[in-house]
Amino acid sequence: MAESKSLRVAYGEALAELGAVNDKVVVLDADLAHATMTSLFQAKHPDRFFNFGLAEANMMGAAAGMSHSGLIPFASTFALFGTGRAYEQIRNSIAYVSANVKFGLSHSGLSVGEDGGSHQSIEDIALMRVMPNMTIFVPCDSAETRKAVFAAVEIDGPVYIRVARPVVETFTGPDTPFVPGRANLLREGKDICIVATGLMVKEALTAAESIAGRGIQAAVLNVHTIKPFDSAAVLAAANRCGAVVSVEEHSVIGGLGSAVAEVLAGKSAAKFCRLGIQDRFGQSGKPADLFKAYGLTPAHIEEACLKLLGK
Amino acid sequence: MSDTTLDGLAVQLRRDILEMLYRCQSGHPGGSLSVLEILMALYYKTMKTDPSNPRWEDRDRLVLSKGHGCPALYAILANKGFYPREDLWNLRQLGSHLQGHPDMTKTPGVDANTGSLGQGASIAVGMALAAKHKKASYRVFAVLGDGELQEGQIWEASMSAAHYKLDNLTFILDHNGLQIDGTNDEVMGLGNVMDKFAAFGFQCFDVDGHDRDAIAAALAAPVSGKPKFVRCRTVKGRGVSFMEGNAGWHGKPMNAQEFEAAMKELGGQQNG
Ligand SMILES: Cc1ncc(C[n+]2csc(CCOP(=O)(O)OP(=O)(O)O)c2C)c(N)n1
Ligand SMILES: [Mg+2]
Repeated sequence: MAESKSLRVAYGEALAELGAVNDKVVVLDADLAHATMTSLFQAKHPDRFFNFGLAEANMMGAAAGMSHSGLIPFASTFALFGTGRAYEQIRNSIAYVSANVKFGLSHSGLSVGEDGGSHQSIEDIALMRVMPNMTIFVPCDSAETRKAVFAAVEIDGPVYIRVARPVVETFTGPDTPFVPGRANLLREGKDICIVATGLMVKEALTAAESIAGRGIQAAVLNVHTIKPFDSAAVLAAANRCGAVVSVEEHSVIGGLGSAVAEVLAGKSAAKFCRLGIQDRFGQSGKPADLFKAYGLTPAHIEEACLKLLGK
Repeated sequence: MSDTTLDGLAVQLRRDILEMLYRCQSGHPGGSLSVLEILMALYYKTMKTDPSNPRWEDRDRLVLSKGHGCPALYAILANKGFYPREDLWNLRQLGSHLQGHPDMTKTPGVDANTGSLGQGASIAVGMALAAKHKKASYRVFAVLGDGELQEGQIWEASMSAAHYKLDNLTFILDHNGLQIDGTNDEVMGLGNVMDKFAAFGFQCFDVDGHDRDAIAAALAAPVSGKPKFVRCRTVKGRGVSFMEGNAGWHGKPMNAQEFEAAMKELGGQQNG
């Protein structure tokens, strides 16, 4: 049976491992080390861990300063408080000067669950995507999270790693490629292409398997790097299949769906629809109940594919 | 003379808080238990509210800036009659009006959305400033966490409160000494909070945060031309011995044995 692990645990483990081979790596947190799991780094490398308390803006600014001084900071908190409260610190102190700061921000999307809409970031990809110099990784499982951390440190400039909270099946392997900016075709298919990111990749694979039973061959493209966006792969899939469905645990405005639309506009006649959060806020509920209520289950993806294909 | 009349209610409210949290297997026991007497002093001894008219224009306002403590607020609002007590058992479920963090658009009696820490203090400043502007007589109270004081926005709010001489505004600190990653001192030391708020221009009071009369007396003390700050010395997890003073109970769900032990220790009897 496949292993299950939370992406945030994989994030903390990868940081601890990276810290052992790169002594420039320092980790910053904002009183959430036991939630973002940077506590795993702290346990191994206490002298390179800095808690800033509930002060996200200060933490991001300090991360910029540390990077200017030769260190490689990974700053962590929840996705909402990192990209939201510290937005302009990231924009001016970090992205504007392409500072070598990484931020792994957890508890992204609806899957935060019961904490509710005040804690569910549905706009963080959009916020980070409009910033020049920014790289954005959205890993789909624990194995990919680890790769994202190790890839981030190789990039000279700001990198946002969007980390989800739930424990999910690790369905990619250690050998599944992770090349920044290069989308992974996880499943071939000639009729329609499902373009997915983060936790929605597994849901897309499940949906593709299910509609195969109806004689529809759906390709699944895992866009683990939202920026730089793999326009070529998306365009090729669109032209090959003639129909594209994007799916993300994020607003359909500004995230993966928008990135796909920007690529297709004027270049492809493929039919296209965007699944994701339809311009509304989240709310409290169990993650599975929320995915149902917001249209993010394999059944919803399957339905969208059938509708797009006129079946 | 101390108000023993509310002792039984305090036990019942603690039972309600634990039962709400146990049923939804998420949420924040520690900070809900530490803030209870503060909210009781406000709702049973200080604030003018009208459960039959939650948006009454002249009501006193409460901003629970440490929004994760909302189970305590929800239990009190139900007891005051803002909505039925049965609603408590749907806390944090899909479709419930009782969200994981306070939501003024869903819950009768909630005056501001909070949960993203640091923001409530400014909302309270705005409400107090509006009262001055409209020459309205209502008072505004904001309840802050000590970890929350680390947010820069708290100090921006404080500066503006003194600048605008908001003597209709009170900041109340739930000073339990703990946050998530440990004690305040381990995570990010706060220094002397009484001196800090005094330096920012507040009239400061220091009370036992589990003594409802002492809190109410500080809230009633007259001030003029300055905002008020009441530091309440509290115990995180108050009332449940294995939670008291333990940062690990900030946001951890109870298992069946823990829930039973906690209820037994509290005494009283009524369950949902
Ligand atoms: C802006 C922001 N950052 C982080 C969090 C996550 N968080 C929730 S509660 C908490 C600790 C709060 O400590 P304190 O204010 O002392 O609360 P109390 O001890 O009264 O529960 C943190 C970090 C948050 N809700 N908002
Ligand atoms: Mg505290």
